Amino acid sequence: MEERFEVELTVNGTPRTASVPARRLLSDFLRHDLGLTGTHVGCEHGVCGCCTVLLDGDPVRSCLMFAVTAAGHEVTTVEGLAAPDGTPSPVQRAFRECHGLQCGFCTPGFLCTVTALLRENPRPSRDQVLEGISGNLCRCTGYQNIVKSVHRAADLLSEPAEPGE
Amino acid sequence: MGTRVFGEPVRRREDGRFLTGRGRFLDDLGRGALAAAFVRSPHAHARITDIDVSGALDVEGLVAIYTWEDLPGRVGDPLPLLIPHPALTHGRTGYPLARDVVRHVGEPVAMVVAHDRYLAEDAAERVHVEYEPLPPVVGIEAAARAEHLVHDDVPGNVGAVLVQETGDAAAAIDAAPHALEFRLSIERSASTPLEGRGVYARWDADDGSLRVYSSTQTSTSVRAAIAARLGLPNGKVEVVAPDVGGGFGVKIVHPWPEEVLVPWAARLLDRELKWTEDRREHFVSAAHERGQVQDVRVGFDDAGRVLGLDVRIRHDHGAYTPYGIIIPIVTSTQLLGPYKIGAYRAEVTSLYTNTLIVTPYRGAGRPQGVYCMERTMDRIARHLGRDRADVRAANLIQPDEFPYDQGLLFQDGRPLIYDSGDYPELLRKARELIGWDGFAAERAAASRGRRLGIGLGLYVEGTGVGPYEGGHVEIDTAGRVHVSTGLTSQGQGHETAFAQIAAAELGVPLEDVHVTTGDTRRFGYAVGTFASRAAVMSGNAIALACRKVREKALRIAADALEADPRDLDVTDGVVHVRGDMSASVPLRTVAVLSNPLRYAFDEEAAAATQFAVGRPATEPPVASGEEPGLEGRGYYSPVRSTFASGAHAAIVEVDPDTAEIAILRYAVVHDCGRLINPMVVEGQIHGGVAQGVGGALYERMAYDESGQLLNASFMDFLMPYATEVPRIETGHLETPSPLNPLGIKGAGEAGVIPVSAVIASAVEDAEGVRVDAMPISPDDLHTLRLRAADDPSLRVREGARTG
Repeated sequence: MEERFEVELTVNGTPRTASVPARRLLSDFLRHDLGLTGTHVGCEHGVCGCCTVLLDGDPVRSCLMFAVTAAGHEVTTVEGLAAPDGTPSPVQRAFRECHGLQCGFCTPGFLCTVTALLRENPRPSRDQVLEGISGNLCRCTGYQNIVKSVHRAADLLSEPAEPGE
Repeated sequence: MGTRVFGEPVRRREDGRFLTGRGRFLDDLGRGALAAAFVRSPHAHARITDIDVSGALDVEGLVAIYTWEDLPGRVGDPLPLLIPHPALTHGRTGYPLARDVVRHVGEPVAMVVAHDRYLAEDAAERVHVEYEPLPPVVGIEAAARAEHLVHDDVPGNVGAVLVQETGDAAAAIDAAPHALEFRLSIERSASTPLEGRGVYARWDADDGSLRVYSSTQTSTSVRAAIAARLGLPNGKVEVVAPDVGGGFGVKIVHPWPEEVLVPWAARLLDRELKWTEDRREHFVSAAHERGQVQDVRVGFDDAGRVLGLDVRIRHDHGAYTPYGIIIPIVTSTQLLGPYKIGAYRAEVTSLYTNTLIVTPYRGAGRPQGVYCMERTMDRIARHLGRDRADVRAANLIQPDEFPYDQGLLFQDGRPLIYDSGDYPELLRKARELIGWDGFAAERAAASRGRRLGIGLGLYVEGTGVGPYEGGHVEIDTAGRVHVSTGLTSQGQGHETAFAQIAAAELGVPLEDVHVTTGDTRRFGYAVGTFASRAAVMSGNAIALACRKVREKALRIAADALEADPRDLDVTDGVVHVRGDMSASVPLRTVAVLSNPLRYAFDEEAAAATQFAVGRPATEPPVASGEEPGLEGRGYYSPVRSTFASGAHAAIVEVDPDTAEIAILRYAVVHDCGRLINPMVVEGQIHGGVAQGVGGALYERMAYDESGQLLNASFMDFLMPYATEVPRIETGHLETPSPLNPLGIKGAGEAGVIPVSAVIASAVEDAEGVRVDAMPISPDDLHTLRLRAADDPSLRVREGARTG
């Protein structure tokens, strides 16, 4: 029997526990053990960025990390980006407004990356945006509207909060 | 009709779930299912002499291991040749699991089923297969030399020789004032959706039925294939394409070996079973496209008008031909583009190699054809010292020449007749958008040492091929409109675009329309999503279904309102007398009235019960010729394809030292007839151009001489990131198609088609060296510079550079 380890961590603000083998990737742990299938797996070698989640607020490739390594940390996935009442985050709103997604497979990774990017730099230049998202692949949009979405999200974040969309 | 919805950039209805992680992609389903993994061939060509599974048997969680010998009856038959063609004289397909011989790296040899994917891979690693290597055939030259054969019974490795001909090209070239002869080549790339393939099957033993989810572009045809292989009636097999993470062509191939094996094993084991492709598997066992070598002879007059064109194309179709010779057909027909060519002959030799199969990838043969024609136009211009845009203009079909018959047979087996377009206007707009006429001055003004170049390319794209698609529309008693169509979605925004069509046709609020695609439980007759056909085919079918439902609603409402149906209109979901909103009945009530009831299950339904409805006692409750329910079905089946078109132009800068190529500007003018949702169309163009940029500068399948794919990962196969794709400037032209009720043409593939041609043209212009092979990397360009330094014939005439 493969040895299993108790992994306790906080996911989207909720403490979660599961017993998994040492080799279980964080991406598989989130998707299959916790049922949070919003985090997608596009290459499993850390290049495409689809599986990007926030670990203690910083973007990480969940396919390059074991679940046991994430024990004790705080993970935010795409399911945790909206406000607790379901109001979409400014980044989510911007992607919708600007048609920043097509098939939606790479989208969760972009949303997490951009959320962290704008936290770090609320008013990025065009080059900073390109640089900031240059670790995420998208095969559908040609990035045109993703770039637009990031700038739009920066605008929305700088506006005083409004109820709903 | 209510607020205008057709033609508006309305926001997408599918985005809500994708933005919150609630999409349902294949691997998001079947959490408790068993997992399959495959043992795949590490050799490009080998005979299997032994398969020993004993080492895998004690792996924890193993459920089963299957090889070809375990497959009964039709399950083990060769996979179908989906599109037979008389020219495909030596079509061959593989087995679901290899039988005796493997013909490419990645071919499945054994299937392992275990409790999860980790364990299945553990077991797959321990299956020992002994191979006797056979000489591999890799690359077009080796295939054509035919020193070794991919299939023993296919002489010369030739699967097909396809000839397309109009007039006597050889004679026309010989008689022409000028003639040129040259060779072009273009390498392999691949669709590479970010979600790979995947299949998940559930067998219901009590019901004797199967439900299969597949990340496919054609659920109805997957159903037919599975039903045939497993000996089940269609009615006992449901196939659902859930949210699909990109397709771009590769997912139209079916049934994949895994689409046969996973449902078969799920039934045999009576357990839910799932296989999710990983990235390396996708590189070596899905499909590639593009690779061709083209030998061109062209004759032309002093104005650059083409009098004769003879193209011999060698096309590498990989180890098998499940998708027939669609790519050679498309290349050889769409090569003609927007031009009037005097006499034309194309001969495509489609060759076997010990590499992965080649099946359509966005563009599906068009990028190669357009590359060939546009490089030819540039050659002619350079030869004559004429402006490249002017030479194109001299050859264009004029707006008053439609319908224009190219005299060939297209991929749908129908004549290649262009329905409409305005090619001179496309060219004019593209020149204007990129600043073609001012570029010489721009270049002269650029600082010394900078190497700038400009290029352009035009294309015509046959879209919306038949045979048909259908749509079903039902308005329920809550006023919701349910639209379904059988073809599938991979991110094109069909839920939005089809809802726009339905809302406009029915006169209902967009929010009330709900669209389902790719689910055989909802609509069983369909072909699939490919060839930029979804909007044209299902869009028109849905419009026709809506018109039936609308007519029916008006008939029923006319009874209720004691009015003439011809005086009625529908606004915001309410049927009313035209100009008089007081005499009205909502569609939800019409839906109640459309279905005479015995039993009232709620208050709404009570209005339709037998003592409430006031139809004359002498007439049946359901009028003769009517059916209960406010629903209708429509099919659209076109006589032939409708032809979209476009012109792209780019300005590039090449680094004199490092040979890096930067695209400074990229301009697109496109015409896909009437637009349903311009935002969605523009998004399609953007994505296509990005894939085109990948194909022009970065992406290639690097096979070594033994048939190993050296770059089968995202670390080595370079797809463009945001930093590699330039800002894309777009312009529009709307020439409606006269062939379909909505006047629309397809847009899905447009963006990718001319990009390699345009970039080749611009790099050649910047460097002054001939670019005959694409993609072009800095390394390739560096080599080209060295060769051109010694060989003046590789240099483009300086005097003609700006023209």
